Amino acid sequence: MMTSSSDELIRRGAEPAVSVEQLTVIRGKRKALDDVTVRIARGTITGLLGPSGCGKTTLMRCVVGTQVIASGTVTVLGRPAGSAELRNRVGYVTQDPTIYDDLRVIDNVRYFASLYGSEATAADEAVSAVGLTDHRTALCGNLSGGQRTRASLACALVSNPELLVLDEPTVGLDPVLRVDLWEQFDQLARRGTTLLVSSHVMDEADHCGDLLLMREGRLLAHTTPRQLREDTQCTSLEEAFLSVIRHSTAAAGSAAS
Amino acid sequence: MILVVPSVIITLMYFMFQDVPHPPGTPSPFNNACLIMLGVFPLIVMFLITSITMQRERVSGTLERILTTPLRRLDLLAAYGTAFSIAAAAQATLACVVSFWLLGLDTAGSPILVFVIAIINAVLGVGLGLLCSAFARTEFQAVQFMPVVIVPQLLLCGIIVPRAVLPEWLQWISNAMPASYALEALRQVGAHPDLTATAVRDIAIVIGFAVVALALAAATLRRRTP
Repeated sequence: MMTSSSDELIRRGAEPAVSVEQLTVIRGKRKALDDVTVRIARGTITGLLGPSGCGKTTLMRCVVGTQVIASGTVTVLGRPAGSAELRNRVGYVTQDPTIYDDLRVIDNVRYFASLYGSEATAADEAVSAVGLTDHRTALCGNLSGGQRTRASLACALVSNPELLVLDEPTVGLDPVLRVDLWEQFDQLARRGTTLLVSSHVMDEADHCGDLLLMREGRLLAHTTPRQLREDTQCTSLEEAFLSVIRHSTAAAGSAAS
Repeated sequence: MILVVPSVIITLMYFMFQDVPHPPGTPSPFNNACLIMLGVFPLIVMFLITSITMQRERVSGTLERILTTPLRRLDLLAAYGTAFSIAAAAQATLACVVSFWLLGLDTAGSPILVFVIAIINAVLGVGLGLLCSAFARTEFQAVQFMPVVIVPQLLLCGIIVPRAVLPEWLQWISNAMPASYALEALRQVGAHPDLTATAVRDIAIVIGFAVVALALAAATLRRRTP
């Protein structure tokens, strides 16, 4: 179940899949991301965790290259994020399923397959990979929430990306489906895909090799589930995260006074 | 519906004008009105359809997602332009066939030219629609661009009041609007058996407007957003 952590891999000299240096993003008048620096190794599942509004989606959009950046650099697979040659190699699944409701599942996936320039058979493979083979000819508008999420995921899988960025893919799914999806993510990681998965459900953190804990646009910690438990002496990751937050607020408070 | 509605409305107009007296030897009022409709419909319908579709694409997030794929922005616009223009072509074909064969529309110039101008109007509508979709937050707003963008063009293009008798400042505004040229071109085709220099100039101007609108629309498609 566990994948290797970024630290081990990067120490061994592997080129990181994602390298973010001193990234600051301003949305409206707020700093959505404040001086974030992080490296993610290839072939890992990295969980991006934190309360809603903490900058998870903004960080993911930076990695995909759809976010205007105030300062800092984002390098993905050795190229500046958003470069033309990365568009085939990075898959992005937004939080709300972005599919066409008036098209059938298979047509949605075929459409994205043709946008990515993938082969026609890739669409069928992607649909079966997310377990929607039985619904391949159903209109997306008639699907349940979980099925729509998976149809959206299939549209990203169709290009066989090296890096898959998933924004809260398991939100609103039942427990059985969540386990299924995480098994799929594990399989992808074992085949060498790098996954960056955001969630605000801490119990999903155990599926990740690496954890990025965020709060108010800052990166609180880059750790692993085991390390996090050891550091905080908590058995549940939920408590562990809360303890990290308390720690950081206390530190910030004492630094300020 | 896209296909049939313009033809039905033109047929309705035929019966409206059926008993209207007109001096012998002059073209019937239906002739004039029908010609105008053949030019106006593609513009209005394509503007509405494109602006709403593109607005949905922007709001639902599918546009952002499409822009993370290798697709080039001009390809996207070209695809939109072609898809809707084919719909417009089908619509204009039917409307022209109904008008010329069944309702006895008679133009001095070739019906083919009427058809061509109708298609160019449709492309103009697509361009304006794509551009306006960038400024609408909701589908309601997208629909409201219709009175803002299309209605003044129709009012000032010379259908209701001939352009020559408009106050000078309104003539200036009329001169800056593509529909004025599209309608003038249609009238030229209606009145002259040969393609006149004015018609050629007008058609070129409308094409120019359409290209500028599409280019501006391309500029509103940003891969990176704040």
